[in-house]
Amino acid sequence: MKDRLWWRHLIGIASLVFALVPILFLVSAALNPVGTLSTTSLIPSGASFANFSKLFHDPNSPYVRWYVNTLVICGVSSVLNVLIGVSGAYAFSRLRFRGRRPGLTGILLVQMFPNFLALTALYLLFINIGSVLPAFGLNTSLGLIVVYLGGAMGVNTWLLKGYLDTIPVELDESARIDGATEAQVFFRIILPLARPMLVVVGLFSFVSFLNEIILAGVFLTGSAHKTLAVGLYGLVSGNHNTDYGEFAAGSLLAGIPVVLIYLYLQKYLVKGLTAGAVKG
Amino acid sequence: MTALPSERLARLSWPRVVFVGLVVLFAVLTVPTLVDKHSWTGVTVTVAVTAILAYVYLTPKRIAARFLVPGTILLLAFQVYPIGYTIDTAFTNYGDGHRLSQSQAVAQIEADSVLEQPGAQRYELSVATKTADISGAFVFFLTDPNGKVERGDAAGLTPVPDSEVTKDQFTGKVITAAGWHILTGIQVNGLGQRLAAFEVPTGGGFIKSVGLSEAYVGQFTMKYDAAAKTMTDTRTGTVYKASDGEFKAVDGSGKTLPIGWKVGVGFKNFTSVLTNAAIRGPFLRVLVWTIAFAVLSVLSTFGLGLLLAVVMDHPRMRGRRLYSSLLLLPYAMPAFISTLVWASMYNKDFGLLNKLFGTHIDWLGSPWSARGSVLLTNLWLGFPYMFLVCAGLLQAVPQELKEVARVDGASPFRVFRSVTMPTVLIGAMPLLIASFGYNFNNFNVIRLLTDGAPYPSGSSTAGDTDILISYTYRLSFGGQGAQYGLASAISFLLFVLVGLISYAGFRQTRQLEEVYAR
Repeated sequence: MKDRLWWRHLIGIASLVFALVPILFLVSAALNPVGTLSTTSLIPSGASFANFSKLFHDPNSPYVRWYVNTLVICGVSSVLNVLIGVSGAYAFSRLRFRGRRPGLTGILLVQMFPNFLALTALYLLFINIGSVLPAFGLNTSLGLIVVYLGGAMGVNTWLLKGYLDTIPVELDESARIDGATEAQVFFRIILPLARPMLVVVGLFSFVSFLNEIILAGVFLTGSAHKTLAVGLYGLVSGNHNTDYGEFAAGSLLAGIPVVLIYLYLQKYLVKGLTAGAVKG
Repeated sequence: MTALPSERLARLSWPRVVFVGLVVLFAVLTVPTLVDKHSWTGVTVTVAVTAILAYVYLTPKRIAARFLVPGTILLLAFQVYPIGYTIDTAFTNYGDGHRLSQSQAVAQIEADSVLEQPGAQRYELSVATKTADISGAFVFFLTDPNGKVERGDAAGLTPVPDSEVTKDQFTGKVITAAGWHILTGIQVNGLGQRLAAFEVPTGGGFIKSVGLSEAYVGQFTMKYDAAAKTMTDTRTGTVYKASDGEFKAVDGSGKTLPIGWKVGVGFKNFTSVLTNAAIRGPFLRVLVWTIAFAVLSVLSTFGLGLLLAVVMDHPRMRGRRLYSSLLLLPYAMPAFISTLVWASMYNKDFGLLNKLFGTHIDWLGSPWSARGSVLLTNLWLGFPYMFLVCAGLLQAVPQELKEVARVDGASPFRVFRSVTMPTVLIGAMPLLIASFGYNFNNFNVIRLLTDGAPYPSGSSTAGDTDILISYTYRLSFGGQGAQYGLASAISFLLFVLVGLISYAGFRQTRQLEEVYAR
């Protein structure tokens, strides 16, 4: 039976067109010398870095500040998020204690609540916190990070618990017999073994914080405090046409590193995905 | 066996001691401020958290807690507490017009009712602060028509001798005052709301500013009788009685005062979702579209992802790695960017789609094309994920099984339907359910693409592409007439719905049992 391949390539290429048109359009808009949506076509009409230089010099949109804010907020949040998530997962996977089952169910239950609808409560809470500890109040990166960490013991803990369960218990039991403390087992044995999964979970939480616009939009109102998502959304939310080149240039600079990391980690990702991670 | 204190001390590891030390230091620094502000809840929480952390990390018994406590504290503070608050709000009428407590509402109504007495004197006004910093407290210097100067603050009026001030020779307005810093017109203007809210109490009413350099004596036109719980409009003589969080006119005209207060309403918010036609209609319409949106998103992304995975799954297929790398791009691109790009591609006047096809369609303008556009964008966002998942699962289908089926004379389609598909579905089911739950609450794609638009005529809160979560968000934060009580009730219903769906899903796949078994 001779299988013909051309139709497979046909479907493949058609889907590539579908997948790549918006991305090509974004690149074209970023390079478009005029910098408006109305003059942008699919194929770049010229290669100009006018949008990029406008982006870096526009006093209304301190792009570099946004970029730094985003790196700090998403970086710190995702690292701590993974750390808190995996220590919870370790306890649920390896230790036996009262309230383990209800704890697991409870964590899952809390995640079912669309928590940003509790925004009013968070807002009022942080007005109070800010009046005592200004460093954690509204319009601070720290405040937002702390709110993000509220969800650290959530879906990630489940996901990581599932992964830790696949690491043979004999490994840590023999270490315990050799006199290792629980902390040593966790930091020296489990964490290194779980590294691929930690990287995937860390990347997914980084991207979900990167995409988060609601809490960030309410918490960070000062122009210099914004994250990329809030800032770039602001560039096009009112008027889709005039600042489009600037938006596209900014988006491209924000998106390229993430895309490269995804491509680099491709084989880990598949593993993480089949374990049940949904990119938020 | 009891350990000697010195042995116990030796078992403490220094990172834990340092950690607890930092926490205690933090608490010691924070508590005085909290006491200053009379925030007793704050003091209790800070002391309790510090005590728990010290107990868990310094005593030898609580090993599991060491791994769980930090995450649990954060979870309680920033997820459980806000959820509890929201559920509590669901049983109240909290929202615009019902934000205050009753006593605050009474004070607000009275303050808003201050009107200038006809024929009363006006004052020349200067605003002054103690220091050059205008962000602090300020006072009024008031010159009456006879040239007498008084200083007014929130406590009342104090006479000021002429020797301490210099006055404008024509108007009598105070220009300098000993020990005070008189603000310029621009600075006064910059006070904005604070100036408008500032009142100097006098015997029968208030002195308020009008414009930047004049003040008038106003009197309450609304009088509250605390014993009878009635508010009387002294101009018309209408009496309003307090009931259900607002003041209702007792004359039977049905008139109410615009400022009400927060009261418990029991299950009214929940029942009104089912019984009040004005709420039930939009709610059910949005619910149906939410389910359709989530189901169609899952089916379309899974369908296309599976198709591509099957197409690529052939030993002689060339360029498979290139295909998967490129197909990964939509997934890797941060979704907020791609969604905004799609929104601009749909633009009627300048959008790429109309340019490519030479059409002039308002993609996001009519209900069905907008719904289709939302689904198309969500397909684009989601299919690479399903492709990766299916490609992984296809690898797991036992080749021998396919061989055997083929040898037995099964057609390629039959092999796919009876061997490949069941294996893939078993593996994909939990992910499909998770994806359904995710899309059920996929706020970002709706918010960034259409923000619920278009709106059917006569409804400004529930758009044609709104899903429950974006609809609820608008009820809470949509700008016009926030209804936190109702929004909280719907949030709670959403919570129950998603919980039930997920529970059913987990039950079916038995994943929950597996996790517990270990």
